[in-house]
Amino acid sequence: MRFSGWLVGAGALLAGLVVLALGLELAGYDSGAALGALWSGAFGSWYALTSATLVRAVPLILIGLGLALAFRGGAFNIGAEGQFYAGAIAATWIGLSVGHLPSPLAVTAVLSGAVLAGALWVAIPVLLRVRYGVLEVISTLLLNFVAEALTSLLVQGPLQESQHIYPQSDPIAESARLPLLPGTRLHAGLALALAGALLLHWIFSRTLWGFRLRAVGLGPRAAEIAGRIDSRWITALALALSGAIAGLAGGVEVSGVSYALFQNLSPGYGFTAIAVALLGRLHPFGVVLAGLLFGALEAGAGAMQREADVPAVAVYLVEAVVIIVVLLAESARRHGATTLASPASVVRRAPG
Amino acid sequence: MDAMAVTEGFLAAAVRVATPLLLAATGETVAQRSGVMNLGLEGVMLTGALAAAVGAATWGPWAGAGSAVLAGMLLAGVFALVVIGARADQVIAGTAITLGAVGLTGTIYRLAFGATGAGLDLPTLAPLPVPGLSKLPVIGAAFFGQPAPTYLSLLAVPVVWWFLFRTKTGLALRATGEAASVARASGVRTRVVRAAATLAGGAFGGLAGATLVLAQVGTFAERMTAGRGYVAIAIVVLGRWHPVGVALASLGFGAAMALQFLFQTLGLDVPYQLFLMLPYALALLALAGVVGRVKAPADLGKS
Amino acid sequence: MPGLELRGIHRRFGSVHALHGADFTLPPGEVHALLGENGAGKTTLMQIAAGLLQPDAGVVLVDDIARPRLSPREARRLGIGTVHQHFTSVPAFTVAENVALTAGWPVAPARLRRLVKEASEQAGLPLDPDARVEHLSVALRQRLEIVKALAAEARFLLLDEPTAVLAPAEVGDLLGVIRRFTSRGGAAVLITHKLDEALAAADRVTVLRHGSVVLSAGIADITAAELAAAMIGKGTVEERIEPPTPAPRAHAGLLVRLEGVDVAREGGLGIALRSASLTVTAGEIVGVAAVEGNGQRELLRAIAGRVHPLRGLRQVTEPIAFVPEDRTTEGLIPAMTLTENIVLGSSPSDPWIRGCTVDWRAAEARTAALLDELAVTAPGPWVPAASLSGGNQQRVVVGRELSKRPAVVVAENPTRGLDIRAAATIHAWLRRAASGGAAVVFHSSDLDEVLALATRIVVARRGALVEAAQGATRDELGTLMLAGG
Repeated sequence: MRFSGWLVGAGALLAGLVVLALGLELAGYDSGAALGALWSGAFGSWYALTSATLVRAVPLILIGLGLALAFRGGAFNIGAEGQFYAGAIAATWIGLSVGHLPSPLAVTAVLSGAVLAGALWVAIPVLLRVRYGVLEVISTLLLNFVAEALTSLLVQGPLQESQHIYPQSDPIAESARLPLLPGTRLHAGLALALAGALLLHWIFSRTLWGFRLRAVGLGPRAAEIAGRIDSRWITALALALSGAIAGLAGGVEVSGVSYALFQNLSPGYGFTAIAVALLGRLHPFGVVLAGLLFGALEAGAGAMQREADVPAVAVYLVEAVVIIVVLLAESARRHGATTLASPASVVRRAPG
Repeated sequence: MDAMAVTEGFLAAAVRVATPLLLAATGETVAQRSGVMNLGLEGVMLTGALAAAVGAATWGPWAGAGSAVLAGMLLAGVFALVVIGARADQVIAGTAITLGAVGLTGTIYRLAFGATGAGLDLPTLAPLPVPGLSKLPVIGAAFFGQPAPTYLSLLAVPVVWWFLFRTKTGLALRATGEAASVARASGVRTRVVRAAATLAGGAFGGLAGATLVLAQVGTFAERMTAGRGYVAIAIVVLGRWHPVGVALASLGFGAAMALQFLFQTLGLDVPYQLFLMLPYALALLALAGVVGRVKAPADLGKS
Repeated sequence: MPGLELRGIHRRFGSVHALHGADFTLPPGEVHALLGENGAGKTTLMQIAAGLLQPDAGVVLVDDIARPRLSPREARRLGIGTVHQHFTSVPAFTVAENVALTAGWPVAPARLRRLVKEASEQAGLPLDPDARVEHLSVALRQRLEIVKALAAEARFLLLDEPTAVLAPAEVGDLLGVIRRFTSRGGAAVLITHKLDEALAAADRVTVLRHGSVVLSAGIADITAAELAAAMIGKGTVEERIEPPTPAPRAHAGLLVRLEGVDVAREGGLGIALRSASLTVTAGEIVGVAAVEGNGQRELLRAIAGRVHPLRGLRQVTEPIAFVPEDRTTEGLIPAMTLTENIVLGSSPSDPWIRGCTVDWRAAEARTAALLDELAVTAPGPWVPAASLSGGNQQRVVVGRELSKRPAVVVAENPTRGLDIRAAATIHAWLRRAASGGAAVVFHSSDLDEVLALATRIVVARRGALVEAAQGATRDELGTLMLAGG
């Protein structure tokens, strides 16, 4: 990553925090206390670092990696939130039934199910794109709401806990849970996320398929004509993989953090991860760093609400400002064109 | 159960529910015809909803509607600055706008109305029955017994149609969305046109949010738009970027959303989440199966 | 004096000096040819006249009044109308809507229809007001461009390479229209790189070379030789650059075979190529002559394997080299480095492809060597392709393709937008490929290029292929290109 990328990221973060502080002051909050709580909630202690920041960073990094893959391949997956829930649903369902299996098997089953579920959830947009030319921007987006409604249905119905009081599932079997770092709530999902980053880096920089993906993202016509690459399938595959990874993130969250399914399991990871991917310049290591940053922000937001009485959602404002500043910097550098392949039409284009 | 009464009730509910969708989608149609796709529409609606709540609580329902329009335009203005001024990617910028709006409205709401915020009592816009017409069987209550925003939304359809297809400015706007470079060569100030269209979309979107609060739900809750802004964008596509098509599609969605009331009336015990899923699933099906080849404005989404 | 005048125009694009103090005058009633090679600055000069670009120095005068900071709208108001090379109409709009947009006419459908019909007939260029532009043929689209300009009350018509897309017979019609326009008091500029066209059509001629005016005279006072010398200047025309690969006779026999092939039109509306049959043997250079839109694009792409025929037999020997028409969207990925662009066009047998991974070191070394061979001026293989000039980009594309040691070379307008030296280099490379045993099939919208390069000419007309007789003249080819049309 070039130096300028760092500078832009740091500047964007600063801008976001400034906007937050100004807004808080205007609203009568004590911005100093709020920002202080934000920091301590994220980095103030070993526990905060591991059990708040890193725990929240894991899904952001995972989904962010998947989105980096998709965006680089020219696919705009805005449905990671729904795919996350699909994975969580599958993970919960499997996790409730594998109690008799030894832990490695149980965890594998749970996570595999999550991956499959995520892939299945994005299969409809993939199909719509390949067959009917419906661009994934809308189709993935709409499926988010379906997934959330489905989750709500399940936790108030078939998956509801045995007492039938709360809208949540029973806890999953012990053997299906990811191992934790002793003394913390940090789970093995972090290792998965970091390994994923290394794998993606290798794919992008060394493999032929990774090169083809990048070519399709940067110049779909030339990739087809000069490279004889079937861009349709490459993009479809990238989209499918990103859905699978988002599903995995949902499974990891269930297997490592919540051990159960309930509504609002995701505080918007699928959308925040878009910012993470963008801020990380679609580079795997950048995504890790950006994921850590946003994980810190959201961890701190919780503390901010508890200690300074500032609503946690305010952190979305910071994230939005970060995205916009990065976009502006990117635009300034390129005078108009962006690195990501923009869909030329919103929803429909000629199939094939 | 009187079938007539049930049908009347259902239609009236459908039109009432469709109104915010129609308003948002009409505004977005104008914006998209000029080449701008505003995924921040969801955030615009939400911001409008909050502004309406604040305005209504402070000065009354019409002030609430006015505040919503202004707030919608303001947010759309930010979006316009980023994607037209700085020529940044529209999809990501739109997503950022919605994200920021959720944060902003959530924070301001808690600040203005406290942490619980349950059952906020707002002065609302009462239905304004059209004398005579509202007594018509079946459609009377549905189309002529609604609050003011519904009449506004229905009126907007022919007005926007006439603007787009019978005026020079409308022609210039459509040219901007189809072939911006050609429009520029013909002397059209494409950036101004797009900015104006985006702001118009923001005004309509804000008003849509106000309608939701002041003429439907009666209160504000965080994230109350629940994806309606995105549904509006789907409606624009389904309506083929034509005001009349958009109106029909909006009505269809309103009906889908009102189905849950119908089922309740009929005493059918179906989990309400299925009705939540229905509009989105329908949108997907419709997008895939839209008859004939749908052609978006050729320069939509391009900087 | 009434008329259009450009005085002392300077214009730079980054480090490239497009125009050095160019002067140009256009009085009413005159047809003026602006002659020069590709890259000489003709289009830039006319864009400044039309208000699409601002000069760095110099002034545009209309009717003796200086017009600083001329905008396209202002230029139109003053009567300056442009007929662009790449048409500027909105494809999804109808003819009438396009005219309304440019001329500022009222939008009410019935009235507009009537006005457009009248205007087009008056100009001698009848058009159907309700036809959608995307369905119009190229010649009709050009008609629309002219009608638009006239509807906007143009007094000065600037036509940028208007005959590039026309068959020889259609050129005559166009010149007739221009003459009629000037006889009524209008004035026209014919921007062209074709000498004989200038001689045939114009009253006066101005020659641009490397951004400067080197000659301005009445047609009657100048000879073709003097014009040619002015255009090219001193220096050799042929370049001594060896093509990228040596030329053993690697291939022989029938390398391209098409029988009864149908190909769909790009964009899916209808059939572009119908029951086409063609064979090409090693060593042949087949030139496809056609007016745009008659199926030559689909023919070439079917041979190159970039589109699949709907039916029929296609046998083409690999490896196939394909040089697409649009190098920046189809030949190269401008955002990627030169190394990456070379890898883009690679095949599994290349040494830098190791199974499913890429050996970037080897690829970069190969690219550096290739750049050297091709005499491409670039800092190194790590620069983005976008940073190269058009000529260098085309060298990279052609060089990359030819270094595959292809059995078949397919090229679309391989020298478009290149200056005469670069074009000659490409021609030399194509000839060497053929003499090395490859089968070359190319299309050029410049009939003279087809005549100069091809050993055999095939005409594509309305989706059918017709062999031209050996030694066919320009006029005979022109007739074939338009027969029955």
